[in-house]
Amino acid sequence: MTCSLLDCGTVEERDFEMSDFEGTVARWCPGCGDHAVLSSVQRLLADERLPPEQTVFVSGIGCSSRFPHYLNTYGFHGIHGRALPLATGMKLVRPDLHTFVVMGDGDCCSIGAAHWVHAIRYNVDMVVILLDNNIYGLTKKQTSPTTPQGFGTNTQPRGSYLPALDPLSVTLGVTNASFVAQTADWAPGHLYETLRAAYRHRGFSFVRVLQRCPVWTLSIFRTAVQQPQMTELLLHEDGIGDDGTSQLYKNHLSHDPADLDRARALARAGDRVRLGLFFHDPTRPRYDALRALPVHTAEERIATLNEELDRYAV
Amino acid sequence: MSTRSPVSVTDASAPGAIRVREHAVEVVSDSGEGAQKCGQFFGAISAKLGNGVWTVEIIPAEIQPPARTPSGASGVRIRIGSGAVTNWGDHADLVVAFNEQVLLARHRCDALAPGAIVLIESMWAEHHDERIRAQWQAAMTELASGGYRIVPVPMEQECLEIVDNARRGKNMFVLGLLAAIYDRDLDRVRAQIELGFEKKSEAIRAANIQLMERGAAWAREHLGLRVEIETVASDHDLVVMNGNQALGMGAIAAGFDFCAMYPITPATSVSHYLADVFDTVGGTLHQAEDEIAAIGAAIGASYAGKVAFTVTSGPGLALKTEFIGLAVMTEVPLVIVNVQRGGPSTGLPTKVEQSDLLAAMFGQPGDVPKVVMAPATIEECFHCMVTARRIAETFRCVVVILSDANLATGVQPFPRPQLDVEWQARRPDLSPVSERARPFDWDDRTGLSRRIIPGQPGGMHTLTGLIHDEDSKVSYAPGVNERACSMRSRKMAVLQQTLEPPRVHGAETGRLLIVGWGSTRGAIEEAVDRAREEGLAVSALHMRFLSPLEPGLKDIFRRFDQVLTVEINYSDKPDDPFVTDENRRRGQLCFVLRAQTLVDVDCWTRVPGEPLRPGRILTEIRSRIGEGVER
Ligand SMILES: Cc1ncc(C[n+]2csc(CCOP(=O)(O)OP(=O)(O)O)c2C)c(N)n1
Ligand code: SF4
Ligand SMILES: [Mg+2]
Repeated sequence: MTCSLLDCGTVEERDFEMSDFEGTVARWCPGCGDHAVLSSVQRLLADERLPPEQTVFVSGIGCSSRFPHYLNTYGFHGIHGRALPLATGMKLVRPDLHTFVVMGDGDCCSIGAAHWVHAIRYNVDMVVILLDNNIYGLTKKQTSPTTPQGFGTNTQPRGSYLPALDPLSVTLGVTNASFVAQTADWAPGHLYETLRAAYRHRGFSFVRVLQRCPVWTLSIFRTAVQQPQMTELLLHEDGIGDDGTSQLYKNHLSHDPADLDRARALARAGDRVRLGLFFHDPTRPRYDALRALPVHTAEERIATLNEELDRYAV
Repeated sequence: MSTRSPVSVTDASAPGAIRVREHAVEVVSDSGEGAQKCGQFFGAISAKLGNGVWTVEIIPAEIQPPARTPSGASGVRIRIGSGAVTNWGDHADLVVAFNEQVLLARHRCDALAPGAIVLIESMWAEHHDERIRAQWQAAMTELASGGYRIVPVPMEQECLEIVDNARRGKNMFVLGLLAAIYDRDLDRVRAQIELGFEKKSEAIRAANIQLMERGAAWAREHLGLRVEIETVASDHDLVVMNGNQALGMGAIAAGFDFCAMYPITPATSVSHYLADVFDTVGGTLHQAEDEIAAIGAAIGASYAGKVAFTVTSGPGLALKTEFIGLAVMTEVPLVIVNVQRGGPSTGLPTKVEQSDLLAAMFGQPGDVPKVVMAPATIEECFHCMVTARRIAETFRCVVVILSDANLATGVQPFPRPQLDVEWQARRPDLSPVSERARPFDWDDRTGLSRRIIPGQPGGMHTLTGLIHDEDSKVSYAPGVNERACSMRSRKMAVLQQTLEPPRVHGAETGRLLIVGWGSTRGAIEEAVDRAREEGLAVSALHMRFLSPLEPGLKDIFRRFDQVLTVEINYSDKPDDPFVTDENRRRGQLCFVLRAQTLVDVDCWTRVPGEPLRPGRILTEIRSRIGEGVER
């Protein structure tokens, strides 16, 4: 079972360093926001003492989906948009595996949108990281659902036609959402705390990471990075926060993550970048928990099937 | 009865005891009147008495089609015999119809034998609604060409003596009629009703038994007709079920414990069966949000150490394409059950076809070697699940099972499987592996490698659909792709070497060899047997593995003057306009056999939206090799 606040460090006696989780050298572009997320994840795995063999990273296709290759855990680099079904099936039969899913914005919000919506509702225990660079990175700058209106790309050179889809609003709108947070690759302390809270939540923990892509969308996040007053931190005793981030970003807003209506209002686009825990409800039903079954031995199964065959006997 | 009827209506009391080796009876009604239940019970009782039985459902396309319309005909054909019955036969010899419109539907598709006996609800002939009387009249005129012996039966009136709503009771009344006509022991029939309605209240069971008894009594009093079919008690223990139930039970026998699916006719009832029992053996049936998610979840479960399966039909198989490629590329074992229906597109959802063979073999971009196998009987539906799981696991490969709508709803008794714990999947092995263990440690000769699963210390790696080396590292180095492709392909050659050559049904040499696959086996072999009785030198060969093909085919083909596939899929007729030997599109197995054997295999294929009839195959055999033979 996933390490909870209570059994942390008691069940698992082994200690790990960040280097224990390093896979092949990351091949993302210099300055790519994904590097920071990888470091935060490696730190989290070490701090939470997750045995590498009990940890699985599942991804789709995109720059962001290269993630599992750069870790020394188990990984499944799947197909575009379909990481969530893979992770769901895996978790249903192996609840003992710590499950992380990494997706890009095209991956999650476009081609994989159906799975995204349903996975939120299944609320299966996993940490889901959306690396949102507002663009199709790997395939070289095509419009994604989260590309800001008016932003020119190779497929919509005169600017994206429609207002961007807001992943937070979508997630918060789905029945049975249980954990929704937003953080940014350039706020490493906040990023780490967010991932940790997500990991400690039992259920579908959705973390949208605002991710810089200096190659294709440099301008999109530049003001947010350069002007801390653009950012507003959602803070609460049940929320996410770290001192360093709170000192750098002075706009603080108290938000109780139990308040779904307010979370939805705050998620709706404004001119501020809001980081923090939007919504958290640890009591939502979990499909994996509801479907958990005791293990049956081969002999027991054969005995049951023989009884079943009796019902069809001639 | 009615003198207004233009056809000769037989005197209901006319005597007529006949002794036959086999008989086909159809019960047809409006949807919702329970003809199928009646037929299923009758089939099960007959099987228990020792008859060979094959049952086929007649399914309307809509859930609640309008009443009293030909398109709404819903029912069942039960073919019973003193020996084994392997298919639905040619025509129905006896029909019980709940109204004349559903009877017309069967007449129009040539389902009834000339001169067949028809028991029909009599209330419509004298109905107070003039339009209905007119419809009846028109129907009788149309039916006259069949020369049927039509016997009116006051079903409604009789049932109203027992229940308030005759619509819900006629089917058991008809079961009683059939029990009397075929001389079935009424205690057996009562027991079947008890069993079939075990989830219903005592009062409902009692009413149904009364209705059945009334039907039997009515038949004894008013009908001279008796059909005697010798019953030969089997020395095996038998079970009786349909092909989808057999697939579901076979899955449990094989030790599967994860199935992900999305509802689609005619595959869905596999999941209905599993939904009922799977969790009692620790199995999970996951209804996913679509077919893509279903196969994704199955691959995820397999990746985590299981062999999972997914169940679908044509349109669903199409959606699974990309994930099939991933499973093959990452060598994650997986079983896909595809219960074929008519296609392309939404096609004929409830009707049988064998048009997915090439899609199963070649439906994915890139080179995607995988195993394709096809059960031919209900019994094989059960056992193929065990075989498929073992192959998938041993070879780290994808196995596609091609069943079809005929097997899905066909009901047939077969020897009770003697379950073996060895069939069950082993628990995932989570023991540590050496740091040097490689996720694709291919054996150069066989392409086989050991699977390493999450949870095994020391075995950490990332599976990827990108080209990868033995360590599962993405690599575009020269030779890597060539080698990986050859390793995945080699496994198929190795499997093929372990297969038995198929057995010829009939003589080992002759003028014509008919090759089939899947559910057509019974009809083909019956046609061949009948032709051989006429002195024709024809034999049959039935393929269980389509990819890789079973060995020895060229040798077998060489011993016959002509080789002909018989399949339920589309092919151009050789004399169609514009069609030449070069551009002719052939049957799917034919296409494969020609490519693999270089033998000039011909095909005779049809897409009638129903199972093949042995009589039609016989006609084709005669037209090919019948000349000069005395008949
Ligand atoms: C079925 C399918 N369609 C299209 C592609 C091509 N493709 C690969 S990645 C990608 C989009 C990547 O964008 P995103 O998901 O945002 O990830 P990023 O590269 O930005 O991290 C596309 C369209 C594919 N691999 N598979
Ligand atoms: S293209 Fe953008 S998202 Fe992709 S690796 Fe480079 S910087 Fe990162
Ligand atoms: Mg992107």
